[in-house]
Amino acid sequence: MTTTAPEAAALEAVFDAAVAADERIEPRDWMPDDYRATLVRQIAQHAHSEIIGMQPEANWITRAPSLRRKAILMAKVQDEAGHGLYLYSAAETLGIGREELLDKLHAGRQRYSSIFNYPTLTWADVGAIGWLVDGAAITNQVPLCRCSYGPYARAMVRICKEESFHQRQGYELLLALSRGTEAQHAMAQDAVNRWWWPSLMMFGPPDDESAHSAQSMAWKIKRHSNDELRQRFVDICVPQAESLGLTLPDPDLVWNESRGHHDFGAIDWAEFHEVLRGNGPCNDQRINQRRRAHEEGAWVREAAAAYAAKHGEERA
Amino acid sequence: MTAVPVQAALALGDDALVLSHRLGEWAGHAPALEEDVALANIALDLLGQARALLSLAGDEDELAYLREERAFRNAQLVEQPNGDFAHTIARQLYFSAYQELLYGQLSAADGPFAPLAAKAVKEVAYHRDHAEHWMLRLGDGTPESHERMQRALTALWRYTGELFEPVEGVGVDWDVLREHWLKTVTDVVDRATLTLPTGPQTGAWAAGAGRQGIHTEPFGRMLAEMQHLHRSHPGASW
Repeated sequence: MTTTAPEAAALEAVFDAAVAADERIEPRDWMPDDYRATLVRQIAQHAHSEIIGMQPEANWITRAPSLRRKAILMAKVQDEAGHGLYLYSAAETLGIGREELLDKLHAGRQRYSSIFNYPTLTWADVGAIGWLVDGAAITNQVPLCRCSYGPYARAMVRICKEESFHQRQGYELLLALSRGTEAQHAMAQDAVNRWWWPSLMMFGPPDDESAHSAQSMAWKIKRHSNDELRQRFVDICVPQAESLGLTLPDPDLVWNESRGHHDFGAIDWAEFHEVLRGNGPCNDQRINQRRRAHEEGAWVREAAAAYAAKHGEERA
Repeated sequence: MTAVPVQAALALGDDALVLSHRLGEWAGHAPALEEDVALANIALDLLGQARALLSLAGDEDELAYLREERAFRNAQLVEQPNGDFAHTIARQLYFSAYQELLYGQLSAADGPFAPLAAKAVKEVAYHRDHAEHWMLRLGDGTPESHERMQRALTALWRYTGELFEPVEGVGVDWDVLREHWLKTVTDVVDRATLTLPTGPQTGAWAAGAGRQGIHTEPFGRMLAEMQHLHRSHPGASW
């Protein structure tokens, strides 16, 4: 199929008008190649983050200190697998298969969120992840519910509801520790100290260094800049930390009356780039566990395919 | 309401608790994302049953976290390590088929476990269905999956006899249970083109060892991991 130049211009005009009018782009609509590629990259990275993100929390399922907390954590990790499934489905509407996306993840050719390269060293980390990591994710993701690409926006509506629930549970976990014994309080503070800065890095590089931001905002994939969202997150967290009875590890954090926002200290961008380059504390461990699960499960998937081929309709 | 027989609540509750824990070890390691979801789902159902049953016997966390190995009353089958996916499926089919029949009988009777069994029987029917479908796919899939599934069925067979040792306070007809279980499992195994093991259904130990607190070696390590944090902070609440 060939498209003449005037036809292409007309299609692009229809697309631009739809985006300008805040209409949703749907899978069968024409879209610019770069728009499709940007969405594939972003949705895949998002899906991969859900899948890799199961690991740091699953690390504590077998050691959860009460049966109630264990049930909450299992349900959360299960939800994350479900979110991964929604997001791979959304990516598939753009013409790329889940298998191919997983292969790219395993080959290190697609990314996942830098945050999951940090280790969960104590039980309180489960709470810090819920409060801070899920909190940052929600701040990032709520605007995506209005993203111009329909399947992605609809996936985000479902995901944000569940994430908000996890975030409250994480907060409540930390609150129990903060108000618990001295050792529990110290455990909670230590976890917040370790997760605060990596959580701020989840919003991505500063605006003047963000490669994809301008185009994504023009296409209404993104609605706010990295720095705007990061500021919003800091402003939300400060009073929450106070009511938790915990401090945030930033001596420069202070309310700025004239801006109506909190000023905060400099992020260690060198660390951020090292983690992105694969040199974070757990990059190798995370990707190796994913590869191992995939490789060790190959015979199971092959068996399911062979059975389906033999039995056709009986496929369960 | 009839008084709850504590030892019976512990036996049934420990079965669910321990198997739930084993399934929880799969999180993030399953062969496909759908299985990460399914195994976590089954683990959660079982944990819910465990909490309800242990709460009938006392404080759920005290019972789960502060008893030592010799005080656990679960059958040895559920404490067996996950092994490969076929081992997990074999363990799950053997146990879910048992639980479905057990809860079916309990929900029909007028005993202290009837309300719980009536709710749980729907969950375990799903668990049995899930295990059954995987048994069929693996047994009748590729030569490799067939061989692995057969090996798993055989390896776990010796732990199945214990399931039918009467538990005092559980008002079911154990002979009928065993008969129906054998029929269900035989049917699935046949359809999966596999062979039901012919060896003894119990090891050298007297059947019912797990119910008396005699466990297999991997169980101690499982408990050490499960209980470590709770035991490190005596009296703390979470």
